[in-house]
Amino acid sequence: MKTFAIGGVHPQENKFSASSPTEVLPIPAKVFIPLSQSLGVPSKPLVKKGDEVKIGQMIAAGEALISSNLHSPVSGKVEKVDDYIDASGYRRPAIFITVEGEEWMPEIDTSPDFIGEITLEGPAIIQKIKEMGIVGMGGATFPTHVKLMIPPGKKAEYLIINGVECEPYLTSDHRLMLEKPAEIITGIRLLMKALGVEKAIIGIENNKPDAIELLSKTAADYPGIEVVPLKVKYPQGGEKQLIAALTGREVPSGKLPIEVGCVVQNVGTAFAVYEAVQKNKPLIERIVTVTGSNISQPSNFLVRIGTPIITLLEKAGWNPEKAGKIINGGPMMGKALFSPEVPLVKGTSGILVLNRDEAYREKTEPCIRCAKCISVCPMGLQPYLLARVSEIGRFDIAENEYILDCIECGSCQYTCPSARPLLDHIRLGKYKVNQIIRSRKN
Amino acid sequence: MNQLIISGSPHVHGEMSIKSIMWGVVIALIPAWLVSLWYFGIAALFVTLLAILSCVAIEYVIQKYLLHQEPTISDGSAVVTGLLLAFNVPSSLPWWQVIIGSLVAIGIAKMSFGGLGKNIFNPALVARVFLLISFPVSMTTWPRPIESRMAFLNFDGITGPTALGTLKTHLAMGETISQIKLPTYISLFWGEIGGSLGEVSAIALILGGIYLLYRKIITWHIPVSYILTSFLFAGILWWVNPEKYIDPVFHILAGGLLLGAIYMATDMVSSPMTPWGQIVFGIGCGVLTILIRVFGAYPEGVSFAILIMNAFVPLINRAFKPKRFGEVK
Repeated sequence: MKTFAIGGVHPQENKFSASSPTEVLPIPAKVFIPLSQSLGVPSKPLVKKGDEVKIGQMIAAGEALISSNLHSPVSGKVEKVDDYIDASGYRRPAIFITVEGEEWMPEIDTSPDFIGEITLEGPAIIQKIKEMGIVGMGGATFPTHVKLMIPPGKKAEYLIINGVECEPYLTSDHRLMLEKPAEIITGIRLLMKALGVEKAIIGIENNKPDAIELLSKTAADYPGIEVVPLKVKYPQGGEKQLIAALTGREVPSGKLPIEVGCVVQNVGTAFAVYEAVQKNKPLIERIVTVTGSNISQPSNFLVRIGTPIITLLEKAGWNPEKAGKIINGGPMMGKALFSPEVPLVKGTSGILVLNRDEAYREKTEPCIRCAKCISVCPMGLQPYLLARVSEIGRFDIAENEYILDCIECGSCQYTCPSARPLLDHIRLGKYKVNQIIRSRKN
Repeated sequence: MNQLIISGSPHVHGEMSIKSIMWGVVIALIPAWLVSLWYFGIAALFVTLLAILSCVAIEYVIQKYLLHQEPTISDGSAVVTGLLLAFNVPSSLPWWQVIIGSLVAIGIAKMSFGGLGKNIFNPALVARVFLLISFPVSMTTWPRPIESRMAFLNFDGITGPTALGTLKTHLAMGETISQIKLPTYISLFWGEIGGSLGEVSAIALILGGIYLLYRKIITWHIPVSYILTSFLFAGILWWVNPEKYIDPVFHILAGGLLLGAIYMATDMVSSPMTPWGQIVFGIGCGVLTILIRVFGAYPEGVSFAILIMNAFVPLINRAFKPKRFGEVK
């Protein structure tokens, strides 16, 4: 069975919520929509205090090259456009909306009907994706329309669809593949048309045999779309690792996937593209897994963007007394939240709540040079060395040892028998090296 | 709700720890230890227990009273050093020499470099070489297996040479290989020969090695390249003149080669970190071992070979980097 060649780990999968069908979460009384929900420049608000908004109405515009539009996930009144404290503790602008009624924008098709016929041409599809504020749903939230614009001189050959969901615990992509296969395949056809490619490969790890079978069956009518089962190995969902696993091609250091003729999109993004293009529906909701040792009913919810995360935790039966860590995302790459009062954003694929007893790091011991970090690094780097030189401020060595190739997958720190905070140091090193490179250009 | 814990990803940790590695090595050494108890009896038991105890005690004392650190003896690394030191000496070694060996291993080779993870040379081997040079007689007096089982303190009349020692002496006397009476491969394989107490049984050492590979505590690179290189090098010499040079199988099974290749050269702290670096290290160890055995003054060259290669590790690490993903040439 296919997988990527260099490094990788296999943490406990803990996919507790894999068999829980997606439940629609009731709309909360208030939502707040952060203006920065994709990589790049924050969106510019189009509404002000007191404005009435409908579901799906554009409330902020992505004007810069790398930015995205935002739409109201609820109907109601804009309470204020003000700062909130984001997941990292910084003050960031957001649009606060008080929910009143449930009034949709009239052009949105809210019927449950499936539309498989594609009428738009490539450029019109990309335009639609841009209008509807679609971003990468795997967590990186790169604006999708930007990824679909192939730079001059390059040619896309493969559309790679990421159905790997290699993070432990998370099951939102798995549920989506089981519940919306026809929509996902249509979304993939739309993306293929937008890119002008003949071939699409869907990569799914073989711990999801039901999804592999269902999508293979659904894709059978379209000879250009192939479903490939992959051996379970983290971080297979990393763009470069997935391309290597499926095509055997290596994206050169410092380059984008298009360099080897590939464009990677998540299954969740394919579904969002379907809704945007076929149903005129902007990205206002998504599936979120709520799971972990602290959660009594690990669940998958369909949630409106802007819903406070605490609403989801309460619905899934969390135990606030025992909760030690709330993680936005999976255990390998997710971000620890300082409070459950932050809103759900477009890139939130799961919320993991760990009990206090398993939330602490183990005691750090001296490096015994066992080289496990080297053997698991999927980028073929020397994590112990990068961490050490970052720690002592030798960023010149860090740069020469390709610290910027690090994808921050955390395999090194996960594996380290001495429980050393390797990725903490490497992150700092990357930040500093980026700073040095910028200052060199000026 | 209490204050939440904030830290960078990853938020989960794998099962491997220093403790699990060190105790894994101890488990892997148990078969060879049992064989030594079978052949060398009470004295072997005494030497191993004393070496372990003194290594642990010395580490504790140095950390607590000299360096004023939190003692870390529970990580098991001093136990491994003690056990390996005992494996590298004859069971008849006087008790005070065992203690001196522990002092050299822990005090000089490990703690003076900064403790666990910082030492350049393998501590047990540094101690073995120190003892060999300081006490050449007691370090080359080898109790005979089975006969010495009940012996303790007094080993008169029940000692003999090692297989490699016999070979070296008789070759020096001008005899040819076929004239020299050497232990059979079977006794080398099971361990019914004279030698350092943990090195005698090939089968027990290989069993433990398979366990270390299975537990992913070591990788194949160093043992395989070490053994293969020794085999090829000794094989070439044997092919050139089988009456002057012993066959390669004998070189692999006799002496400390398997103990060195599987347990000593693979010491994480003092061996290279990349697969190609480890292969180069293993080749170096193999070449040096056979060179010393065949052309050197000592019958056995494993300790010297590994220690010399230990010194090259920083250079090897620099020269042999892992293959990067998407490397642009």
